[in-house]
Parts: sequence; structure tokens; C-alpha cells
Amino acid sequence: MTGWGRLRMLDGRAVNLDGLAAQDPSLGLAALWSPADPLPSLVISDGVVVELDGRRREDFDVVDAFIAEHGLDLTVAEEAMATDDVTVARMIVDPSVPRAEITRLVAGMTPAKLAAVVRQIRPYEITIALAKMRVRRTPSNQAHVTNRLDDPLLLAADAATAVAYGFRELETTVPVFGDAPSNAVAVLIGSQVAAAGALTQCSVEEALELQLGVRGLVSYAETVSVYGTEQVFVDGDDTPWSKAFLVAAYASRGVKMRLSSGAGSEALMGGAEGRSMLYLESRCVSLARACGAQGVQNGGIDTAALTASVPGGVLELHYENLMVMLRGLESCSGNDSLMSESDMRRTARTLPTFLAGSDFIVSGFGSIPRYDNMFGPSNLNAEDLDDYLVLQRDWGVDGALRQPTEEYILAVRRRAAEAVRAVYAHLGLADFDDEHVEAVVHAAGSRDLPEPDPLRVLQAARMIGESGLTGLDIVAALDECGFSVEAERVLGMLRARVAGDYLQPAAIFDESMRCLSAVTDPNDYAGPGTGYVPGPERLAEIAAVRQERSVADLRAEQAAYARPGLSCLGAAAVSNDPREVVIGVSPALGRSVWRTLSGLDVLDVLDELLAGLEEEGCRGRIVRVQSSIDLGQIGLAAAQLSGSGVSIGLQGKGTALIHRRDLTPLANLELYSVAPHVTREMYRLMAVNAARHAKGATPEPVLNPYSEDAITARYHTRVVSFVALERECCDIGSAPEELSLEVMDD
Amino acid sequence: MTEQVRGYSGRPLDEVTVEALRAGSLGPDDVRIHPSALRAQAAVAANHGNPQLASALGRAAELARLPDADVLAAYEALRPGRSTADELEALARRLDEQGAPRTAAFVREAASWYATRGLLG
Repeated sequence: MTGWGRLRMLDGRAVNLDGLAAQDPSLGLAALWSPADPLPSLVISDGVVVELDGRRREDFDVVDAFIAEHGLDLTVAEEAMATDDVTVARMIVDPSVPRAEITRLVAGMTPAKLAAVVRQIRPYEITIALAKMRVRRTPSNQAHVTNRLDDPLLLAADAATAVAYGFRELETTVPVFGDAPSNAVAVLIGSQVAAAGALTQCSVEEALELQLGVRGLVSYAETVSVYGTEQVFVDGDDTPWSKAFLVAAYASRGVKMRLSSGAGSEALMGGAEGRSMLYLESRCVSLARACGAQGVQNGGIDTAALTASVPGGVLELHYENLMVMLRGLESCSGNDSLMSESDMRRTARTLPTFLAGSDFIVSGFGSIPRYDNMFGPSNLNAEDLDDYLVLQRDWGVDGALRQPTEEYILAVRRRAAEAVRAVYAHLGLADFDDEHVEAVVHAAGSRDLPEPDPLRVLQAARMIGESGLTGLDIVAALDECGFSVEAERVLGMLRARVAGDYLQPAAIFDESMRCLSAVTDPNDYAGPGTGYVPGPERLAEIAAVRQERSVADLRAEQAAYARPGLSCLGAAAVSNDPREVVIGVSPALGRSVWRTLSGLDVLDVLDELLAGLEEEGCRGRIVRVQSSIDLGQIGLAAAQLSGSGVSIGLQGKGTALIHRRDLTPLANLELYSVAPHVTREMYRLMAVNAARHAKGATPEPVLNPYSEDAITARYHTRVVSFVALERECCDIGSAPEELSLEVMDD
Repeated sequence: MTEQVRGYSGRPLDEVTVEALRAGSLGPDDVRIHPSALRAQAAVAANHGNPQLASALGRAAELARLPDADVLAAYEALRPGRSTADELEALARRLDEQGAPRTAAFVREAASWYATRGLLG
């Protein structure tokens, strides 16, 4: 054997599946700083930017050029560039400096300057900075709704489910490009079943995505990527001008849109020019503001894992979001690409954003199972919904999600699936049978559906594409098929495009179709006691997770196991039979407590104990100790009645010990303290040992079962309820009573 | 403010209802944004300290009058290597004629930088 065993153990941990990269600025594998990053500089001559971050105008690439032409507020530029980095960083985290004062100053900063400023903010200051600088007061969340079959009924049911959970933007995409129009329609309909106002998009190639927007089949667009170097920009088949044109084009049809960027994309595409991820991303964010986009999706996005692979990478992801907020734009904050195999790493990556809140905390929470996420698995997925909801509850933080009841989820899933089936049939797009609807309603994901018919979806999508179907046609079809509520809500989404209020930064609609944005719901955080706080109703919603259990729940659960067998014979007397061992039971055992923590019937446990005593030639006698719920006191009281002076104490939850009358109350001969792991066989062995003690022998103690499980997390809340039930039956003044046991075979 | 908003057709937004659709009196231009609404939003953006968003909404107000196909074609023409200098100038002139002077200026600015950076077709 060579090497250290513990390293072999560590090698098997999930974190060691992650590829961590050695820092190499020449490849762009540097998160926060590279020797090739320029020093901040800005020279203005006659109102024209002639130098930007060390580059003269004649050497500008398209990114520099566009920022120089459109991105900077030249009236504050001199002041902004002259203010010391640390001073600005302090203003950002200082609650007494108003948000507006910071955005005013930042508007005059070049990309290198803003990167230098945020680099001064320490990891623990990030949360305050995000909470203060985000644009919208009320936090929100976005879901991915996709499946590997592009099944329209399942898409609709999952869209409805996501809205029931509280998501306000739903993003779909396709494994098969041609299916896009069908997915857009299915998600649009499904999104309006549980509540009004959720925005939807279908992420595909730029031109097709715009067409879907123009036709009213989606209500926002997000996959409009920008990059930090000219080479990668052009490789992505766009220029800052074509992207800025798209920004205006979406707005011209009343459709919300945001740009998408994120560190690491330039390194991955081999075009980082040796610059750091932070500097390149700062260029992207400046460019987004220059384009007139209302917001940015960043924080790594598809390349989050690459960013996180270099030192300081996870910190950089947060700086990205912060830079967006500092430029006064909506932050759709990433967390949407699974950046690690380690649950600990991926949770730690999301935690600061989660605590601080963001316009969209997750820009694509996989609301569907990992295998159905056609964007690739997210950092958080359907498998993580319960964890997320419990995290909200732990911190009292509004992560923008809630727990609907199963009954409600099934109802909205059915309605969404029925609505899409009816619309597809009405428009002659496709037919789905009852069995399909039934499977969709109950499915965890597409693996639970009957054999797919891929051509059916493709054909429906082609017909939607070719027929020029619009949002109004969907409204009419829903109305004619009897889905009048959904018809009204889809029309509401079309009306929203006419009003245009949701073109302002960080706009969402709440479930009453109120538009919340930088204009109508501006973030007013200014330190403790200010800013967004969940109200009492929302706090109650956050607290009400489905796993919550009370004493009443345990009482009902225990009552279901009640059965006859124990009867009272009257007051218990002291015995002088030297072969007798008394089994002292707790006040509630066999009254309101019927099952131990290990799931054994309490009467079966008693039966096992009696059998173990008998096996050793001893006689067992059962006595209920009513005056205490403490196991030591119960055991000692039983020992004082016992002819041998030896007793077994047993609580309803299954904790047991062997006691002797000459010991102090809290001492014992043997103790089974880990009740959830005690088996029938172990109770029998305990009784055998008790009998041997009674006979004066020294038996080998039975080893207490040991567990690596989070035993207190699993059972302590139940223990508190057990104690409450025991306490109800406890009567300090009552003497022990003798019980007889007659176990009926089931 | 919402009750004064009208669709591209001129129909007041509060008349855009399922009942009107059922009666067959709603058309696509009733749910298409009007340039005046975009100009109003541009003013809001300017008042909220975002002149870039205001500019984009101003260009959007111009594009709002253009047919979908013209908007899509202009986007395509601005992508790298798609257009010669002459073609971009022709596009700018068309935009001027269509009452979109800001967008036309934007295209001319692009053409100038595309020439410098070798992005013309």
C-alpha cells in the first residue's frame, strides 16, 4: 500500500470531478486581473472620445467604438474617472449614499474603470452591494421549461407548474430547431393557466426569435449575446450595431428584451486577447448600456463552470451582476448553468445572490428534471426545489418561490394540457388522446410519457410557422374552446405590448398584471429597516413548506397505529422474585404513542423484551411509570419494583435502557440512545442482557448502533412532538400501574 | 396613463377585449404598439437617467412604422460582412424616406466603423 488513504477517500468526492484550471492570462483564464488589462483612461476632445482605456480612437475595435459613441455620459466622465476606486467602492456599500448618486457617477466610467472599482469590493460586501444596487425592489425568478420530446402538452403543464411555484419569466428552447414555434405556443398558453402575467420566451437563433416576438407568440427575448472582443463578436455573426438594432427592433414591436453575456465565453472561443474575464465582461456590460438594452443576463451563463475553474472565478461571477446593476440595468443573475458536480460548490455559488435578492435571482432555474433541461442542467433544477424552498425558510429570505399544494399542481397541469390539446385540435395542428393528457398530468418528466411521435410536433410547428399564426389567433382559439380565463390572460399579454410599460428596466408583471419595474417599483434599500421585506403573508407562505410537521400531525400519525393488547391490572406492587425483571414503560406508550422512531410497533417491542427475558429463564413484568417522562427515572422506578432489582426502561419513541435500583437516576447498565436505529433483534438482546444482570452475571454490552446520518436533523423535531405526547399522559402524583400484554397476531 | 394608450390602429387599449375579438373586429394592428407609446416610454427612460434606453426607444418609435420584413432585412444587412458601403448607404436613404432619420444616422455610423474595421461585404 502506498500513499495516504484519506486522499484516496477525497478523490472519490464529487468536487474532484470538476476540472479546475491553472491560471493562464494569455488564454483568458484569469478571473479578476490580467497583465494585459489596460489601465483606465478616457480622453475627450470637442465632445468626442479620442482615447478609451489606453486605446487611441484610430485603434478602436468595434466594442471600443460603440461604447465611445453611445455608452458614456461625458458630462460626468471627468469626475467619475478622477474619483478613486476605493472611494467609489465604499460609496457602493455605504447605505447612506443613494443608489442614484452611484449610477450617475458610474455612467461616466470606462469599462476598465468600473472593473477596477468592483475589484475593491470584498466577497462579504457583495451581498450588501447587490441588495442596494439592484434595480427593482421586489426580487423575482425565472424558470427553464423544456423537455427532450418538445411535447407541447408537457411544456404547457410544466409552464403552469412553474407559475404555480412563483416563477415570473419562463424560458423555453428546443432540442429540434424546427419545433420552436410549437414550443412558444405551448409555453405561452401554459404560462397563463395558474395566474396572469408571466412573461415567456423561446430561445433560438436571433432572426427566428424576433419573428416569434413580432407575432406575439413570446413576450420577451433574452438570448441576444454580446461579447467582449471584436473577434468573438464577429464570430458570433453580429456587431454592436446589429445587436443595438435588434434592441430597438424588439422594442418597436413592444417586446421586452435583454442582452446576454458572461465571462469565459471569449476564452472558450479562443478570442480573449489575453484579457481578464472581469475586464472583458465590463466591456460587455458597458456595451449593453450603450445599446440601450434595459437589462443583461450574465453571471457566467453557459461558461460559468469555466469562470469558476480559475482562482476568484465565483467572485467574478458576482462582480458581473453587480456591474449590470451599477449601470442601472436589470440583472438576470445567472446561476443557470450547473457549474459544479459538488452540491456544496453550486450552493455556495448561488448563496450571495439568493440572500441579497436580484431582479431575477436565477436566470433559468430548471423547473423540470435535469434530463429534460434542453439548455443543459441548471445550477438549480426541479430536483432542488425543496432544498430551495427550505433555504428560503431557513433565512426568511424571499427567493421568489412558494410551495403549491399537490392538488393545485395537478389541477393546473390538467387545465394547461387540456387547453393546449384543445387549441391544437381546433387549429388542426395535432391531436392528442386522453391517455396522453393523463400521463402529462402525473409525469415527473418526459420519461413518464408514452412513446413519442416526433413528426407530430414538427408538423404542428411547421403549420404554426407557415400559417402566420399570431397571438390573437391563440386568444380566439382558447376562447372558442372554452378556456376563457386563459384567453383573457393571453390577450392581456398582447395588451401589455401596446402599453409598453414593460420596456422599462427590470419589468415584470405581478399576478394582478401590475407592472413592477425600475420606474414603478424602484429599489429603495438604504440599510437596515429599508428596502424590500417580505410582508407577513409572504413570510407565512415562505414558512409553509410541505415537510412541516406539528404535534397534531404526530398525534394523528400515531393514532393510526393504535391496537388493543395492553390492559391495566391496577397498582403495581413490589416483588421479591429474584428472577423478575420489570419493564418500565413511559406514560404515553400504548396510549397515544404506538410506533417507535425505528418504525416498530411498541407492543411488538414489549413482546420481544418479554421473549428475551424468558429465553434466559427470567420473568418479565410490565409497569407503566406515570410520574416521569425521563427514561432514567422510569428505569429506576421500575427497578425499585423489580424482584431482581434490575429493570428495563422503555420510552414510546423506542429509547431504552437497563437500570438497577442501587444506581443514581441518570446512571444505567446499558443504554440504547439512538432509537431510530434499534431493531427487534437488538431489543431482544437487551432483554437477554438484562436477565443476565438479574442473575448476577456480567454480560457483554450490546453496542449502541452508530449512524453517519444527520440523525438530529431527521428526528429531533419528531422527538419534541413525542415528548409533548408523553407530557400529556404524565401525572406526577400517580403511582406506577401494572399492565398485561396480549399481542394479537395481525 | 394606460386608458389613453392606443394601438397602432388607433383603437384605445381598453377596447381590445375578448368580446371585440369574438365580434371579429380586432386585427393585428390593434395589438401592435404605436410610435407615440414608444416616444412616451422614451421620455420616461430619459427622466429616469437612462439616455441610452431613451435613444433605443426613439429608434424603436421609428421602426414601429416599418413592416416586419423591412425590420428583419435591416437587421440582416447590419450583420458582419453582409453589406457593402453602398448597400448600407442605400438602406440609410430608404430609412430617411420612411421617416426613420435616427435609424438612418445609426446605419451610417455603423457603415463608417465597418469600413475602418473591415466588416463590409
